[in-house]
Amino acid sequence: MLRYVIRRLLLLIPILFGVSILIFFWVRLLPGGPAESLLGERATPELVAAYRERYGLDEPIYKQYIKYVEATVQGDFGVSVASHRKVTDEIKLRFPATIELAIGAMLFATLIGVPVGFLAAKRYGSVFDHASLFVSLIGISIPIFFLAIILKYVFSVRLGWLPSVGRESVTLQTEHPTNFYIFDAIITRDWSALWDAIRHLILPAIALGSIPLAIVARITRASTLDVQSEDYVRTARAKGLPPRVVDSRHVFRNALLPISTIIGLQVGLLLSGAVLTETVFAWPGMGSWLRDAIFNRDYPVLQGGILFLALVFVLVNLVVDISYAFINPRIRYS
Amino acid sequence: MGKTIVRGALLVAAAVMALGVAGAGEKGGTLVFAGAADPTYLDPAIVSDGESFRVAQQIYEGLVELKPGRSDIRPRLAKSWSTSKDGKTWTFVLQQGVKFHDGTPFNAAAVCANFNRWYNFSGPFQDASATFYYQAIFYGFKRNEVSTLGKPLYNSCRTKGPHKAIVKLNKRNGPFIMALALPAFAMQSPTAMAKYGANQAEIRNGTFYPTGDYAFKHPTGTGPMKFQSWTVGQSVVLVKNKQYWNKKKYGSAIDRLIIRPISNNTARLQALQTREINIADLLAPQDVGTVNNDSRLRVRDRPSFNVAYVTINSAKPPTNNILVRQAIAHGLDRQSVVKAFYGGRAVVAQEFMPPSLFGWAEDVKKYPYNPERSKQLLRQAGLSLPVEIEFWYPTGVTRPYMPDPKRNFEAFSASLSQSGFKVIAKSAPWRPDYVKEVNQGTAGNINLIGWSGDYGDPDNFLGTFFQEYNPQFGFRNAKITNLLNKAEQETVVAKRVKLYQEANREIMKFLPGVPYAHSKPAIGAEKRVQNYIPSVTGSDPLFPVSIGGQ
Repeated sequence: MLRYVIRRLLLLIPILFGVSILIFFWVRLLPGGPAESLLGERATPELVAAYRERYGLDEPIYKQYIKYVEATVQGDFGVSVASHRKVTDEIKLRFPATIELAIGAMLFATLIGVPVGFLAAKRYGSVFDHASLFVSLIGISIPIFFLAIILKYVFSVRLGWLPSVGRESVTLQTEHPTNFYIFDAIITRDWSALWDAIRHLILPAIALGSIPLAIVARITRASTLDVQSEDYVRTARAKGLPPRVVDSRHVFRNALLPISTIIGLQVGLLLSGAVLTETVFAWPGMGSWLRDAIFNRDYPVLQGGILFLALVFVLVNLVVDISYAFINPRIRYS
Repeated sequence: MGKTIVRGALLVAAAVMALGVAGAGEKGGTLVFAGAADPTYLDPAIVSDGESFRVAQQIYEGLVELKPGRSDIRPRLAKSWSTSKDGKTWTFVLQQGVKFHDGTPFNAAAVCANFNRWYNFSGPFQDASATFYYQAIFYGFKRNEVSTLGKPLYNSCRTKGPHKAIVKLNKRNGPFIMALALPAFAMQSPTAMAKYGANQAEIRNGTFYPTGDYAFKHPTGTGPMKFQSWTVGQSVVLVKNKQYWNKKKYGSAIDRLIIRPISNNTARLQALQTREINIADLLAPQDVGTVNNDSRLRVRDRPSFNVAYVTINSAKPPTNNILVRQAIAHGLDRQSVVKAFYGGRAVVAQEFMPPSLFGWAEDVKKYPYNPERSKQLLRQAGLSLPVEIEFWYPTGVTRPYMPDPKRNFEAFSASLSQSGFKVIAKSAPWRPDYVKEVNQGTAGNINLIGWSGDYGDPDNFLGTFFQEYNPQFGFRNAKITNLLNKAEQETVVAKRVKLYQEANREIMKFLPGVPYAHSKPAIGAEKRVQNYIPSVTGSDPLFPVSIGGQ
């Protein structure tokens, strides 16, 4: 097991190296550059030329890449062209926001998707089964951006139940030692801040979790249907075990395996979906930050931010793979 | 029973949620203002963006300031000022009893310390992205390290007693005093700047980066509001300065001001509708109706201080011919465009600066829409109709002076087609591509662009466009240059008025472009917001605002 983990961790090196090359050259394929974006509308051609020369932006691209790799290896992602802050400092601020949102979305998707999928399978062919399939189809089809605006319109603007922007009420003065607001509220025992943070999370988490919810529900349904027809389930029933015990011990546990894979794969989807969700809800996370960076040709943010997310994505999938061993004892890694 | 419990729980949850939506501004005199982005830094000397200036406007004060809602200036930290006969020496008599937020006194020594700080900026601080406005007004530093910098306008500063500062310039300069109203030239505590490393910075991957804490955590001015906290992406929180020196005139009406960034237009509007904010800047034109229809909200006008224009590149054929330029001017149906696409929030422009600014001339040459006259002029130029011209417009952008560039382009294109032209359409994303092409003079014969003023001087419009050779317009005209040079070097306002009026007449005769709109950007605000006077530049003083019902 340990050897497997070490091997997977070593594989990170070529993966991240490949990602760094892709990002580095991709951002430079975009028209325009940081000089124009940095100097804004008032940039004269002379200023742009002087800037490019002064900061080596007209050096051969391979030299720029070598400099970038040297700095990155030392943990220096550079300084954002737009905000003039260190990329690593911004990641520290924004990554917790995105993770909190992604966890909220995943919890929403799992806590609703798994029971719905399971019940749909148990009531195969019923009205509930058809309805859940229909709703999950809508969940997959509806654009996150649109859903987010509708949710805000109904629950914030019309009903006034939930806030429409941000991670917390700005009138609230709270401590944020880790920048995970819900966690911070718990460790500082600030229950009003906890309630406030949860209320701010509800709508963005529903918007972002709508597609994973649909996927999780469908996979759970399919997986449960498969497991139900397995020999060991039939044996358990034949032994006279009560249906509830058969379902919880034999069907549900085995049906969970593909779901954990799906949850791992959803991380990428959540991170990409966060771009739109964060923009609509003014959620100060990585997604809206990277979106702005594309418009600003903010090379350091794009390079550092995407490399960091790639690292997170690979690590999450490694954790999911390892978790198989705990969910299913038949799997052994070597 | 079970149903009753579920129903009860839902009702309780709904009630708690409803109670939980704390309306912004309802408790303890807090005003929440939403702009489009975070400030860059809180040291105004090293920023050039409106979001940073807005925060600076509350914390800091300058020697002079813009009159509320206008582009002319009045005294603030300087009680009065005078100039020497040669126009090079400016004497500022300062207000007394003023203290910075750190308790240190504001006096003549502090004024000189601020001027000298700007003048002595070196290394990273000479980057155009760091000290844009210093470079625009003062041209250069004590020791220039960048080839594009010029000879500095500033010479020296000395004190005469604690309340008189004498600033010496290297040449006469009219815009100098007007530009001092810019937050970039606000007075900052020399003690706090030294203590928290305001002059420490480095260039990382080509980007200016302050390494001291001052610009992030310790901005220290003399203004009616003091800095409390800044959570990037969330909010800047300012609190009332209880020791403020002039509570009667400028004292803060609110206890707390929160400025938060909401980049998405719809999200900003919805936050206003849900009472999470009291004022939303940069209301999108399509949202004006929604705000007007909401009984709790109203649309506020930012006074027009901008110009949208069609650039005509005089370096390229056929637009190097004045007859063709005149034909274009007569072929642009400006009246219809302003009427159709600005929702009643703009007037047709007749010159390159807004009418509210001194030096605007009523009697410039005018070019009413007249397709027949256009065709006649083109024939007179010896060209066969239709005449091909390349016309550029930007995509993916709305600007305060140009809310819908594509539609403006389409309408102009149609009117030009009826006026003897064959339009070749070209477009590019606004930033950085389109702006770059326009600035380089490579965006066709004609293109759509505009300008929002930074401070109340015609030099900020005409000087920026035409004082030196500008590839965007592609022409040299000694008469225009001389007039603008003279106007820049004149310090008597009455004389400057005449010089700029003359320059406007010459410019509209030469026709380097066709100005077409001065718009009034919209702001959404709650009706209970009182004493809010939007600034022409966007740096609204928010401390006098009060909220009814608090």
